[in-house]
Amino acid sequence: MRYIALTDRDREEMLAAVGVSTVDELFCDVPKGVRLDRALDLEPPLSELEIVEHMGELAGRNAHAGVELSFLGAGIYDHYVPAVVNTVLSRGELLTAYTPYQPEMSQGVLQAIFEYQTAICELTGMDVSNASGYDGTTVAADACYVAKHVTGRSRVVVTEATNPQVRQVIKTYAPGFGLEVVEVPHVGGTTDPAQVAEAAQGAAAVFFQQPNFFGCLEPAPELAAAAADAEALAVAHVDPVSLGVLEAPGRYGCAIAIGEGQSAGNAMSFGGPHYGFIATKIEHIRRMPGRIVGETTDTDGNRGYVLTLSTREQHIRREKATSNITTNQTLLALGGLVYLSWLGPQGLRDLGETCMALSSYAKRELEAAGFEVVFSDKATFKEFAVHVGRPAADVVRDARAKGVHPGYRLGRDYAGLEDALLVGVTEKRTPAQIDRLVEVLSEVGR
Amino acid sequence: MKLIYEKSVPGRTAYSLPRHDLPVPEVPDELRRAEPPRLPEIAEPDLVRHFTELSTRNFGVDTGFYPLGSCTMKHNPRVNERLALVAGFRDLHPLQEPEGAQGALELMWRLQEILAEVAGLDAVSLQPAAGSQGELTGLMLIRAYFEDRGEGERRRKVVIPDTAHGTNPASVTMAGYELVGVKTDPRGNIDLDDLRGKVDEETAALMLTNPSTLGLFDEGIEEIERIFHGAGALMYYDGANLNAVCGIARPGDMGFDVVHINLHKTFSQPHGGGGPGGGPIAVRDILEPFIPSPQVVRLPDGGFGLDEDRPKTIGRVRGFTGPFGVFVRSYAYIRAYGPELKGMSETAVLNANYLLALLKGAYDLPYDRLCMHEFVLSARRLKREHGVLALDVAKRLMDYGFHPPTIYFPLVVPEALMIEPTETEAKETLDEFAEAMLAIAREAAEEPDTVKGAPHTRAVKRLDEVKAVKQLVVKYGFGEQAVPAEA
Repeated sequence: MRYIALTDRDREEMLAAVGVSTVDELFCDVPKGVRLDRALDLEPPLSELEIVEHMGELAGRNAHAGVELSFLGAGIYDHYVPAVVNTVLSRGELLTAYTPYQPEMSQGVLQAIFEYQTAICELTGMDVSNASGYDGTTVAADACYVAKHVTGRSRVVVTEATNPQVRQVIKTYAPGFGLEVVEVPHVGGTTDPAQVAEAAQGAAAVFFQQPNFFGCLEPAPELAAAAADAEALAVAHVDPVSLGVLEAPGRYGCAIAIGEGQSAGNAMSFGGPHYGFIATKIEHIRRMPGRIVGETTDTDGNRGYVLTLSTREQHIRREKATSNITTNQTLLALGGLVYLSWLGPQGLRDLGETCMALSSYAKRELEAAGFEVVFSDKATFKEFAVHVGRPAADVVRDARAKGVHPGYRLGRDYAGLEDALLVGVTEKRTPAQIDRLVEVLSEVGR
Repeated sequence: MKLIYEKSVPGRTAYSLPRHDLPVPEVPDELRRAEPPRLPEIAEPDLVRHFTELSTRNFGVDTGFYPLGSCTMKHNPRVNERLALVAGFRDLHPLQEPEGAQGALELMWRLQEILAEVAGLDAVSLQPAAGSQGELTGLMLIRAYFEDRGEGERRRKVVIPDTAHGTNPASVTMAGYELVGVKTDPRGNIDLDDLRGKVDEETAALMLTNPSTLGLFDEGIEEIERIFHGAGALMYYDGANLNAVCGIARPGDMGFDVVHINLHKTFSQPHGGGGPGGGPIAVRDILEPFIPSPQVVRLPDGGFGLDEDRPKTIGRVRGFTGPFGVFVRSYAYIRAYGPELKGMSETAVLNANYLLALLKGAYDLPYDRLCMHEFVLSARRLKREHGVLALDVAKRLMDYGFHPPTIYFPLVVPEALMIEPTETEAKETLDEFAEAMLAIAREAAEEPDTVKGAPHTRAVKRLDEVKAVKQLVVKYGFGEQAVPAEA
């Protein structure tokens, strides 16, 4: 049998040591009535070679970013992941370890998480980050928990220009938390601070996204101020790749910063696994969900790292824990740390500006070709919305037939935008590829 | 060892990006970053060395035996890592149109079918990100089911035994339910007399791990099923210990209505130093209308699609359709076994019983039965006679080159040592581990200070966890004063 070391002779000796004669006797406590009396109805085992061929066939039927020119974004982005990331993540000592419950055995992962926490705090302008959440949607649910317990209030406000999947996950979790969810509509692609100020009265938190789902830059400091004036926690959902160019949420009055880490160091991988990040000001640390690594010393006085504040967590506090999370996304967060270390502060800014320059070029060229940019008066980062003049589903189908995926169909989430695409442009796109997008959309759109 | 920030030199870089002669749009002043983030500034050679050195200060299944109870630290086949990096999987955007993602959707559909067969249930949602989220999702389904029947207001209680993982009660709270605890009897099963008094028309569900965290299969499972279903309540199976019973006893056949399966345990997704995981749920047909949206389905034309038209769904519990890279690895793992998954579980149980037989003379065995895939010993005798704690035994094991077992859990066993060898360990490894455990028991009597001062051979000595809480330092201070701890 695969991946198993025991020989027949081993088994005989081991059964004798246990004092039974067959493996079946080991299961004597399992009542006959619940035993499966047949073999599992699964296909026969495959050799490694057969598995590789079978999986290669499945992979070959996916139009991935290497075979189709893609401008899809909408939360997951085709950024370049440098070779050093997978070099590090392939180290078996890191890859095949688990949660560092035994710190003396786990200083590598613990120090890496401490460094990751530092990087997230630097990016977001916050004081404390956890070791990662599942993704950019579930950290929003975590932030709901923090806000509910910090404020004692039972309503959260979410802007309509926040990623639809983030809003959906908040709504799934809210009833269990005893929270009501209220949405504030966008006005021409961004959110009106006056409307937020009104909705924030009596609310536990105000969630907004910067850049928002349309790629537009929100008046984020004003939104945060509107929340803070009502003593609601301002929660910014941010793209880590934008934070070399855009201000850190902690510097404009947010209490919590959250986000999807994929754009910083993870492959798209059809939606996961990625890492979500959540960081807060220090006063909320005891409400934080998940693992946190802290610095300490050993009995010789040497520096070392441990999991800390475990009394927040389910394995200690059980039904009174701040969250049920245990397995998180450490390996993906480690990928994020390696990536951010590869970029450094200069690279992060350079990357943000490169994305903005290319995205802006795409916007200009599409306008020059006669397409109407949606919310054209708003500044954008690496994505923007454009009307394509026909139902977007038809345009996507026809463009894909020409080898180009032109972007996300906004009509899936926003009524009235059925003819609009959200076009995402990363540093992996070239001006020539953007010219090709314009050419194809000119053929199949309008 | 220095932090990467302490190796940082201003102006040093590792990155490279394509250059284009394009204007960069202005960011409005009030939104522009004022101070750059202090990310590391380091060249690639030192970047690689830094993380390589970190890896040498860590211990994984690749390094050695890792019998961390309830975590199923089995071998992670390398072919699965290679497959997850195939471009057609790795570089596929999750919002690709279904016709451009047929291979990925077929893989997910096949995995759903397999997990339904292993669980003995009718439908599977792959969406939950890990076991804990699977638990919460399962409880949300139960809540939605009872609300749909008009019983939502009345059924507010979830019954959990005192041996449960901490995630179970935490999930109950997050789902908005009330917890009802039930005791364990002297054989390590649920105390049926205690249970009968606690299940009534206000009970929504039971959450049970079977085999339990004691490594024991609950011999009363059929009666438990009659009690819960007889009261109109549902049964949730925590699949953390599924590695014991694949192809032997299926949760659905035991009467469970919803199950989560930890892909990172039973189906060998590497644990990654804490994650990622995968926590798909399998459900009985009565719960299928409520499972998360979207759902991968097979279409009448034989192709595969995403069904988002699910009027009774609880909604979305995470982004997209789940941790796809985990599905790639677990699907490949299962295809290597096929129906022989039964042999996998049998070997896991044989390895555990063999190790138990070698150790039960030197350590106390609170429930003297054959075990399933793991077992729980107690170091209470070492504590009483020599002042040596389970914690000390764990630390001393490091000096012998082994990762310690889970300690102080389950809570019903004092000085607990919870040991799960998994099926992928050789007999010699088990023998060597047993020799180390027996040697430590002798050391506890003869030279207890050696054990209490362990570890002696790791990169650091025993770390002060109390200090870490009292003087909270949770990020690098860049030479400035540390962030003060909250009062």
